[in-house]
Amino acid sequence: MSAIRLSNLDISYGDTKVVHGVSLDVSEGESFALVGESGSGKSTILRAIAGLAPDWTGEIAVLGALRSHGIERAVARQVQMVFQDPYGSLHPRKTIDAVLSEPLDINGIGNQGERVEAMLAAVGLDQRFRFRFPHQLSGGQRQRVAIARALMLGPKVLLLDEPTSALDVSVQAEILNLLKRLRREQGLTYLLVTHNLPVVSFLCDRLAVMRHGRVVEVADVGLLKRGQLAEPYSRELLAATEGRAGVIA
Amino acid sequence: MTTRDWLLEDSPTSRWQANVGRAYRVFTALLRNPLSVLGGVIILVLLLTAILAPWLAPYSATGQDLANRLAPPSGEHWMGTDELGRDIFSRVIWGSQITLTIVGLVALISAPLGLLVGAVSGYFGGWTDRILMGFTDIFLSMPKLILALAFVAALGPGINNAIIAIAITSWPAYARIARAETLTIRNAEFIAAVRLQGASPLRVIVRHVLPLCTSSMIIRVTLDMAGVILTAAGLGFIGLGAQPPLPEWGAMISRGRTFILDQWWVATMPGFAIIIVSLGFCFLGDGLRDVLDPKSEGK
Amino acid sequence: MAPMLEVKNLRVSFPTHRGRVEVVKGISFDLGRERLGIVGESGSGKSLTGRSILKLIRKPGLVTADKMAFDGIDLRTQSEKQMRAIRGARISMVMQDPKFSLNPVMTVGEQIAEALVAHEKLPRREMNERILAMLEAVRINDPKRVAGLYPHEVSGGMGQRVMIAMMLIPEPELLIADEPTSALDVSVQAQVLDIIDDLVTRKGMGLILISHDLNLVSRYCDRILVMNSGVVVEECAAGELERAQHPYTRGLLAAMPTIDETRDELPVLDRTQWAGT
Repeated sequence: MSAIRLSNLDISYGDTKVVHGVSLDVSEGESFALVGESGSGKSTILRAIAGLAPDWTGEIAVLGALRSHGIERAVARQVQMVFQDPYGSLHPRKTIDAVLSEPLDINGIGNQGERVEAMLAAVGLDQRFRFRFPHQLSGGQRQRVAIARALMLGPKVLLLDEPTSALDVSVQAEILNLLKRLRREQGLTYLLVTHNLPVVSFLCDRLAVMRHGRVVEVADVGLLKRGQLAEPYSRELLAATEGRAGVIA
Repeated sequence: MTTRDWLLEDSPTSRWQANVGRAYRVFTALLRNPLSVLGGVIILVLLLTAILAPWLAPYSATGQDLANRLAPPSGEHWMGTDELGRDIFSRVIWGSQITLTIVGLVALISAPLGLLVGAVSGYFGGWTDRILMGFTDIFLSMPKLILALAFVAALGPGINNAIIAIAITSWPAYARIARAETLTIRNAEFIAAVRLQGASPLRVIVRHVLPLCTSSMIIRVTLDMAGVILTAAGLGFIGLGAQPPLPEWGAMISRGRTFILDQWWVATMPGFAIIIVSLGFCFLGDGLRDVLDPKSEGK
Repeated sequence: MAPMLEVKNLRVSFPTHRGRVEVVKGISFDLGRERLGIVGESGSGKSLTGRSILKLIRKPGLVTADKMAFDGIDLRTQSEKQMRAIRGARISMVMQDPKFSLNPVMTVGEQIAEALVAHEKLPRREMNERILAMLEAVRINDPKRVAGLYPHEVSGGMGQRVMIAMMLIPEPELLIADEPTSALDVSVQAQVLDIIDDLVTRKGMGLILISHDLNLVSRYCDRILVMNSGVVVEECAAGELERAQHPYTRGLLAAMPTIDETRDELPVLDRTQWAGT
C-alpha cells in the first residue's frame, strides 16, 4: 500500500499557484526525498499533506484514505511533521515535558509521564532535560525534542522539512543517525524535503527533483550516488553540490 | 541544598519546580533595577495601607469637627484638616482602599477582555478580525476621559459606574496589543505543530497564544495604572466618580481647590498621594518591561 | 614585508550572571594579501573574531589583544570616529543575510552610491559609471535596471551580489565575509563565491572568509584556521585539509555525508575528547 499518494496536485498561496500538477507515490516504509532550490514548491507540498496549506486541488491520499483540506485528528495520529528551525518550533514558555505531553493531552491518551520518559530515551535525551525550557537546550537537543514531539502519537508517516539544515555539521550527523535508527526501529515512512543531496544519499531510497513547482525527475537514490540522474536540471544541482565537495571528496 | 539552589537548578525534576524557578529568575532580575524596586515598594506600601487602614488611620475618614476646620498640618493632624474639619491624613489612608479597588477591578475587567478579543481577532483573521477590530477602533477613536464621562453620565455617578466606565474605555488598547502579538505568534512553527496534533482553535489560543501575550499585557497594564488612577481622580474631580463623603483622592482635590490659595494642604496632600502611587506603577512597569521582554530571555 | 593584518592573543568576553565568560580565548594570526578561511561550528567564536577586527563588538562585550594592527595602524587605540573611516574604505564586511543588511526604502543604486560617497567625493556622472561598472563586476546582467530596484524586488542571490558590490566599491584592502552564502541556494552560492574570489584575486585584496562549511572554505581559501570553543585547534594550507591532524577537524570531515554515501551510520564527534563542551 502507498503511504502517500499525490495525484494532479495544484497548490496555491493566495492568487499565486506554487505547485503545478504534481503526482507522486511513496510506498509504506520508504524514505523519499523532495529536492530542489528555494521556491521550487517542495516545502509547500509537505505543508499541504500536513494540512497547513489548505488551498489545493487534486488528490492527497494518506495510507490509502483520501485527505480533506483541513487538519483532522485521525490524520494527526498517522502523519506528523518536523520543522526546519529548531529555535522556532518549540514554545518558548513551555518545558520539554509540557511540549511532549501536549499531543497526548489533546488526543486523550493517559499514562503521560511514562510515555514522555520513554520517548526522551528513544531520541537519546537524558531525563534531566525533561523539565528544562527550550532556551536551556542547544539546537541539536531542540531538534531531538521536535522529533520526539512528532513521534508522541505514534504516527506511521513523518514529514521532515529540512530537519538538519539549521544545524552544525557534527550535530547534523547525530540527527541523521537518529532519524535512520528511528525509521528502522519503528518502521516509519519518511518524506524528506531538503536541498542537500548528500543527506538524501545517506537517508533516502528514492528522490524527486523539483523546479518551479513541478517534478522534473523521480529517481532511485542509487542513480544519485553514481551521478546518473537523467534530467539536465538534476545534473546541474548535482554539479553544484559536487563542485563544492570536490576538493575533499 | 538550599531553596536558592533548588530554584536555580539547571535540571528541575518537576514542571512546578521549572516554573517556580523561572519566576524566581524574573524576580531576581527585577531586584537588580533600583527604580523598579522603588516602584514595587510603593505598590506594596499602598497595599498594606489599604489592608491596615482601620488600624493606621488616627481619625475616622468621615468624622467632622467643625471647630477645627481648615487647620494647617501639625503634630495632631499631620496633613491638616479639610473644610469640614476631617483629618486629611486619615482620609488619604482610607482613600487608598478606593484607589486600589478601582485599579484592581479595572485591570481584572479590561485586561482579560482585551486579551481575548485581540487573540481571537488575530488568530482567526478574516471577517472575525474585521468585525472585532472595527468595534475596537470605534472605542479607540474617542478620547478616553470623554467616553468615560459619557458612560458615567448614562449610568449615573458613583464609584462602581466609574470603574465600569474606565474598564470599558481601556480594553481596546489591550485588544490591539494582543492582536499584534497574536499575528506574529500565529504563524510560528510551534503553533503549526500543536495544530497538527489536532488541537482545537480554542486550545491553541488559550494554552499556546495567550501565555505569550500576557507578559506584554502585564507591562502595559502596570504602566496604564497611573492613567487609570488619574482618570478616576478626574471623574472624582468633576463630581462624577466617588460621591461625598467617600475619601476618594480626586474628589478630595476637587473639594480643596476652593481653598487652594490660602489652605494649600487640602488639595495638595491627596495630590501627592496620586503622584506617588502613579510613579510607583510607572517604575514597576518599566522594570517589568526590561525583565519580561521575551527577546531578552535566555541570555 | 609586514603582514597587512596582525592579531595576537585576541580575547572576547561577555558578562553573564556567573561572571565573565570568554568566548574567544586568545587567538593569533597574520594575514597578508591572501585568502584566509576561519571555520568552526556555531559558538566557536569565529564570527566574533571577524567582528572584533572591525571593533563591532558592543558593550558589555569586551575585546582585548596584545596586538591588533592593520597596515601599521593599531586598531585597539582607534576611536569610534577613526574606525568609521577605516570601515568600508579599507576593511569591508559582508554579512550573512542581505535581507537584513540592505535598507528596504532605498534603491540598490542609491545604497551603493551611499557607500561610495561616504569615503570619496566624485562628480555625479563618474559616480554613476562607477556604480554600473561595479554591478557589472558582480555579474549583474542589466545593471541599469537593477540599480533602480528596491531590495525586496531582487532575489536572495542578487541581493548578496548587491551587498558585495556595496562593500567593494570603495576598493577596500581587506574583505571580511561572514557566512556570505549560507542563506543562498547551492547553485547561487558557487556563483557568489566565484565573484568574491575573482574580485579579491584581481585587486590583490586580503580576504577573511568565515564559514561553518569546511568544503567551501577549502575551495576558496589559501589557508584555513579551524576554531572550536574560542581557540584555533588547527591551522593548515587549504590543500592539506584532508591530512588534518586534530581530532576535531578529522571528526568534522568524517561527520559530513557524501554524495556517494555508503556508511550506515555517520561518525559522531566525541565532544569530551578536547577542551570545551
